[in-house]
Amino acid sequence: MRLAQHMAIASPRITAQCIEATEFPELSRQYRVMAVPKIVINDRVEFEGAIPEKDFLDAVLRAAEPTEREA
Amino acid sequence: MGFLSPQDEQAVKKEFERMGGPVKLTVFASELGPETNGQTVALVKEVAALSDQLSVEVLNPHIEREQAQAYGVEVTPAVVVEGARDYGIRFLGIPAGYEFSNLIDSIVAASTGEAGLRADTVSALGALADDVTIKVFSTPT
Repeated sequence: MRLAQHMAIASPRITAQCIEATEFPELSRQYRVMAVPKIVINDRVEFEGAIPEKDFLDAVLRAAEPTEREA
Repeated sequence: MGFLSPQDEQAVKKEFERMGGPVKLTVFASELGPETNGQTVALVKEVAALSDQLSVEVLNPHIEREQAQAYGVEVTPAVVVEGARDYGIRFLGIPAGYEFSNLIDSIVAASTGEAGLRADTVSALGALADDVTIKVFSTPT
């Protein structure tokens, strides 16, 4: 998913990890990877498949929002 | 011998014509790990040989613990793609198949520092107050 890497370039806040799912089965199980590409942002927001840049951005912003507990 | 066919090499070289600066590829690999560790080292070295602007460093995270920690690398094989700064781009597992094209794309993008995103996306990302980690799970095919 190129958007993740390109967002990492755009923002020093963002880290993009491209994970080979079959090589890390425990990690894939932990994040319930059933189909690829699967995107998990801050362990909070997740989706499968390619989506438009605008929707990807919305997902990143949603994942970055402070939780009620933290606020 | 290698992972890349002559046709692959030509295609990658063509992509690398768009590079705008040096890129360092740091590979964390362990001989004690699965065979993809050695394969990743070999693949990344093949890629790096295709451009004068690419350099490779291979580190064993069990020995170079401080660097592994600094890069946030906890598993092997892992590849860090750095341009003018560490943009936070990591490949965990061998970057082959589908991820190979992402690796090449990341190298070109990191070399220029150009994200190639819409202006409103860049603006919104610039306002982020907290760190964000995006995990992208994929498979080689």
